[in-house]
Amino acid sequence: MQRRCISAMLSEQPPWLDRWFSLRMSLKAHRLSLRARLRAGDLTLLRRGTWARDAILLFCTIRNEIERIDWFLRHYRGLGVDHFIFIDNASTDGTGELLRAQPDATLYTTAASYKAARFGQDWITALMDRHGHRHWCLVVDADELLIYPHWPARPLPALTAWLTREDLPVLPALLLELYPKGALGAAACPPGADPLAVLEWFDAGNYTIRHKPLLDTLLIQGGPRARMFFTQTPERAPTLTKLPLIRWRRGYAWANSTHSILPRGLNRVYSRDGGEGISGALLHTKFLPTIRKKSAIEKQRGEHFGNAPIFDAYYDALAAGPRLWTPASTRFEGWQQLEELGLMSRGGWA
Amino acid sequence: MSAQRAPASAPLGVVILCHTALHRVAAVVRFWLAASCPVVLHVDRAVPEADLQALRAELGAQPLLRFGPRHRCDWGSWGLVAATQDSAALLLDDFPDVTHVLLTSGSCLPLRPVAEMLATLQARPCVDFIESVPVAHGEWILGGLGEERFTLYFPFNWRRQRWLFDRAVELQRRLRVARRVPRPLVPHLGAQWWCLTRATLGAILKDPARPHYERYFRRTWIPDEAYFQTLARLHAAEIESRSLTLVKFDRNGRPNLFYDDHLHLLRRSECFMARKIWPEAAQLYDFFLNNRAAKLDPVPPEPARIDRYFELAAAQRRDGRAGLYMQSRFPREDASRVKSAGPYSVFWGFDQIFADFDYWLGQVSGLRVHGHLYAPERVQFHGGAKVWHGALSDAAAIRDYHPRMFLTNLLWATRGERQCFSYGPSDHMDHELDWFMATDMNARLSMITGAFALSIFRSGQTGPELIARLTEAHKREQEFLAILRSRWAVAEIRIHGLAEALGAPQQVLGGAIEGVADAPARAIHGWPALRSLDGFDAFVAGLSKQGLPPQLRKDLTL
Repeated sequence: MQRRCISAMLSEQPPWLDRWFSLRMSLKAHRLSLRARLRAGDLTLLRRGTWARDAILLFCTIRNEIERIDWFLRHYRGLGVDHFIFIDNASTDGTGELLRAQPDATLYTTAASYKAARFGQDWITALMDRHGHRHWCLVVDADELLIYPHWPARPLPALTAWLTREDLPVLPALLLELYPKGALGAAACPPGADPLAVLEWFDAGNYTIRHKPLLDTLLIQGGPRARMFFTQTPERAPTLTKLPLIRWRRGYAWANSTHSILPRGLNRVYSRDGGEGISGALLHTKFLPTIRKKSAIEKQRGEHFGNAPIFDAYYDALAAGPRLWTPASTRFEGWQQLEELGLMSRGGWA
Repeated sequence: MSAQRAPASAPLGVVILCHTALHRVAAVVRFWLAASCPVVLHVDRAVPEADLQALRAELGAQPLLRFGPRHRCDWGSWGLVAATQDSAALLLDDFPDVTHVLLTSGSCLPLRPVAEMLATLQARPCVDFIESVPVAHGEWILGGLGEERFTLYFPFNWRRQRWLFDRAVELQRRLRVARRVPRPLVPHLGAQWWCLTRATLGAILKDPARPHYERYFRRTWIPDEAYFQTLARLHAAEIESRSLTLVKFDRNGRPNLFYDDHLHLLRRSECFMARKIWPEAAQLYDFFLNNRAAKLDPVPPEPARIDRYFELAAAQRRDGRAGLYMQSRFPREDASRVKSAGPYSVFWGFDQIFADFDYWLGQVSGLRVHGHLYAPERVQFHGGAKVWHGALSDAAAIRDYHPRMFLTNLLWATRGERQCFSYGPSDHMDHELDWFMATDMNARLSMITGAFALSIFRSGQTGPELIARLTEAHKREQEFLAILRSRWAVAEIRIHGLAEALGAPQQVLGGAIEGVADAPARAIHGWPALRSLDGFDAFVAGLSKQGLPPQLRKDLTL
């Protein structure tokens, strides 16, 4: 009787293979770093702010997010972000102007293709190399709100100080998709309002995890989008693994969005000995009312997926205003609830 | 060094060693001064002169405040002891009213009014409060060296010169270096933060053999946890081996920080001081330095609650929650003792023998019993639900994308409720899932082998594919059996033949539901009826003529 299957479950690989993967990935890191440096030419600096040596920086590529940006800035200022570094990808709704007027923001702009810049990751990598070296950096989208254990009683500097002391360079988070009880687009959320007032619900426990040995990362999929739009092709469902908080060093490179990073060892954010490491959650406010209009536009632009036409049906379904809520949905209450549900963990940060 | 005219003071003097967050230190100093407690402040020599001047300016001229001679206080270095010695000597010389000296750090916070502390000290005026544990007992140390702290030389800094430190230790072990502890000292260890009487502290500082002891301790490891702890044993009249300062260590032996949200815990402490406080914990500083508790209802001390809080956090980091798979917990196959979140029962073939098996089991157990969770078309959740706890979908493709995690997710989402479901060769069987269940001590697998033939018999199908279907199902069953019979299987496993189950159905079923359904419930609902087997003998006989493999024929003969 072979027991091969059991070890295959967690992709235990021989050490030589591990070393080979590391070598391959370190070559890739060099290539991506170089590529990012070249792509940095896309960016034009519009406003440059200043920050202290120990400042916590936030990097974000943004396009037409006028209804989210106020709350986004408010949330992250509340956490203790010292400075924002935005890349405005040719917004037309006034997002750029609004960001330029912020006292604690640096603004770059570009009209180049998001997709050609590896979905913005080349730009972000280049700017993090330029500004983020040795800083704790947040890398999030405008529709992602980070929460973590003991939020909001303890601000980000408390967390980063603890991570530094524990020698942990990265905080992992699950992308937790929030949705309304009614059909998408039914309840309004004016700019500046708390999106969590409209998007109250989430899926508590339908996430699958696969270990990917090449990058030594966990591929997490599931949630409402997998359940609604990818019932026949779950392997295409969006990746929910995120590494939103990282102590950056020059030469790091985002491998696949903010799902995984190089060097490869940084992806080992999960504990393998049975204990729990620390982790947070990124609340995804994608399903605000504008999602329907945006889906129609994104389908046209085809800037978001590697193989865009395959996702036409997904955009069509979203544009139709479906109802993601089910009787088995859970109403969001706070970090303690998410920890209790096993969606985040304090991992020893008592 | 001594003042011209000794100012009158409270009988408690405080030595504070600090190096960061000086604005918080200033607030704590003012707290002590307000209660007329003299303070000697030792500011690490690494602190820039400008910061020190700012601190002096902030505090202003205070008759009860002195600044001690500055030393460089690296972690675990002799500098910490030297700084304490000099500052304590200054305190004793300058303030003759002082009968007790409290040693604290810049990140310590007083938890109670000074008057309470004075009352405690004056109730037992000769007692020294210093944690002091014989090194031989060893229990005190969390990671790191034990007795070797006292028998080896430590010329290198553990934090900054780790490699040299380790090599030096290795070399000395090989050379069997064994320093002798100066007589009559007996090495003791304990937390750095103590409260000693003037008599004891003065005796330690004025001991004629002090230079001799110092030469020895300078080359021990972490002397600040040993010097006063050892010498107090020589000079003290009565030692109470506990610290007045609350410290909760993490798994690496470093103190956990206290934040604003720990306020309710700290209020329940019996200690007078707490460390370490996060410098930005404004609420804690405000609450305890301004004695806000006076305006609130008193809370009874519950030190056990503080211990439990930190023990739970430590256990979560160390052992994790059984059956949880998430972004920061993904255990190796052999890492944790239990692989799933709770007990579950898997029934193989029972629904082919007993009429309305799921319904009956639900009735007698009070549980929500599922059908075939791994049925090819869709997940048969209890009652035909489309989604189950945790928003698990009934879509077969989603389940089949990761069958094992489908099960662990279900078990996690329904913690506290035993899951029961049917499984069999007609389902989407998965090798990884089969292994998982067989090697999971939470699983209870009850099998009736050969029962699959009944479902094929009832499908009414005829013709040559029939034997192929039977053979295929038999093969899958055999593979599953092989896994269950392997030496790695730890699940609770019961295997019955078809003939055996039909011969003693109640016995087989009773074993399978033992502990799941209790006897009174079973007495009310009775046993389930057997499904009809009319024509099955003829069916098997007919198949035999068409060439049913002998092994299969044997299994199906009733």
